[in-house]
Amino acid sequence: MYGFEAMTFNIHGGYLEAIVRGHRSGLLTAADYNNLCQCETLDDIKMHLSATEYGPYLQNEPSPLYTTTIVEKCTLKLVDEYNHMLTQATEPLSTFLEYIRYGHMIDNVVLIVTGTLHERDVQELLEKCHPLGMFDSIASLAVAQNMRELYRLVLVDTPLAPYFSECISSEDLDDMNIEIMRNTLYKAYLEDFYRFCQKLGGATAEIMSDLLAFEADRRAVNITINSIGTELTRDDRRKLYSNFGLLYPYGHEELAVCEDIDQVRGAMEKYPPYQSIFSKLTYGESQILDKAFYEEEVKRLCLAFEQQFHYAVFFAYMRLREQEIRNLMWISECVAQNQKSRVHDSVVFIF
Amino acid sequence: MVASSSSWSQALVQISPYTFAAIGIAISIGVSVLGAAWGIYITGSSLIGAAIKAPRITSKNLISVIFCEAVAIYGVIVAIILQTKLESVPSSKMYDPESLRAGYAIFASGIIVGFANLVCGLCVGIIGSSCALSDAQNSSLFVKILVIEIFGSALGLFGVIVGIIMSAQATWPNN
Repeated sequence: MYGFEAMTFNIHGGYLEAIVRGHRSGLLTAADYNNLCQCETLDDIKMHLSATEYGPYLQNEPSPLYTTTIVEKCTLKLVDEYNHMLTQATEPLSTFLEYIRYGHMIDNVVLIVTGTLHERDVQELLEKCHPLGMFDSIASLAVAQNMRELYRLVLVDTPLAPYFSECISSEDLDDMNIEIMRNTLYKAYLEDFYRFCQKLGGATAEIMSDLLAFEADRRAVNITINSIGTELTRDDRRKLYSNFGLLYPYGHEELAVCEDIDQVRGAMEKYPPYQSIFSKLTYGESQILDKAFYEEEVKRLCLAFEQQFHYAVFFAYMRLREQEIRNLMWISECVAQNQKSRVHDSVVFIF
Repeated sequence: MVASSSSWSQALVQISPYTFAAIGIAISIGVSVLGAAWGIYITGSSLIGAAIKAPRITSKNLISVIFCEAVAIYGVIVAIILQTKLESVPSSKMYDPESLRAGYAIFASGIIVGFANLVCGLCVGIIGSSCALSDAQNSSLFVKILVIEIFGSALGLFGVIVGIIMSAQATWPNN
């Protein structure tokens, strides 16, 4: 019953909620980002990060530091925290936490299949995969030639199996089909997650609906913009949009027929929450659009912490950490390539 | 015997007043302890988790647990007071109106105290959980949220006061 979760939530979820809120207090603040943006070398970054919670993970790294090492160690911290929470969780929180990984699994599957298509070595690809999305038998994805084999050999044993029903075909895998496969899988995953949250009810359903609807709408806009000028037909494009969210169904009708970014902007400006995002764009700069979407997402994720006794804080924390790792990667790349003037182009402050 | 026209009211007045009194005493202590325990586990689980990252909050936030415990103590005190009100009357007077009144008064007193303490314990527990989590993030919030908790614990006190007044006029007929 909505409003009375406070009476029974703490039986199973109280300890973990308190832990995740403790982790949240360790997110980097604007002051930390200012210090990091003023670093001259990657060793300076390492020194600044040792004073934060990333200290134990970075202090043993030898001196010629690479950007990928920093990102890898920070991701390792996130994975450790996630595994710690997952092992302590009971149903339904454990299922909820598992759902958070499926997005990464989909990205890893697509990474390996694309890499194999371009004849890269499997070991090298496995190192680039996100650790949260690893599963057994992921390496045998390199063997598959078309989607039916992909499903039959590897994916039928993974949690992604139910998402494949819409995209099994005997076509060979090429770049276009892989992108379509990625978006179809992600659509099925988002809808499944949405249904699961609705079943949980209460504050979790309300907050997660908002967050997932924003995610679905953002992906719809990105799919539209990325498929302008490609061979993707309007019907195929419409099939990739999720069936929930603020844009469903009328926004999707308008987006499906868009042929350039100004038409997209015209379609989106009818929705007040997205009007502010699109008003920041001048003409056709997609990097600013990405940053604007990230800022909006971070604002909504921070709001999830305002309420107690629900599961959306776990989802919000994972997403905020991932945003922080993206920020660190951007800052490290700018410092490593001596382009410090561009540092603020893509860093989204969380607090 | 009380004049009655329906079989239900006849059945109710045939129940011994001691039954009602004893059930009232049981409810006063049993349900109060339920409320206190509920509040303590709600606060305790959040406090343990939050204290991992912020160990300084443990000693101050035990106040929330103490407020919940006070609720159980109210229940014990009222149960002891109520059981001193139970007196024996000869069986000829057991169904006198005054006897019935005494039995019902003790019953009502027990219910008042039990359920007031149940909701008070819940209230203090939930606020205590939020207090621990907020204190871990920002220590200036502790005292402010404690004020809310103090108002919450006054609810149990109201129940105790009314319960004791109620039971004070539970006089059995003279032997």
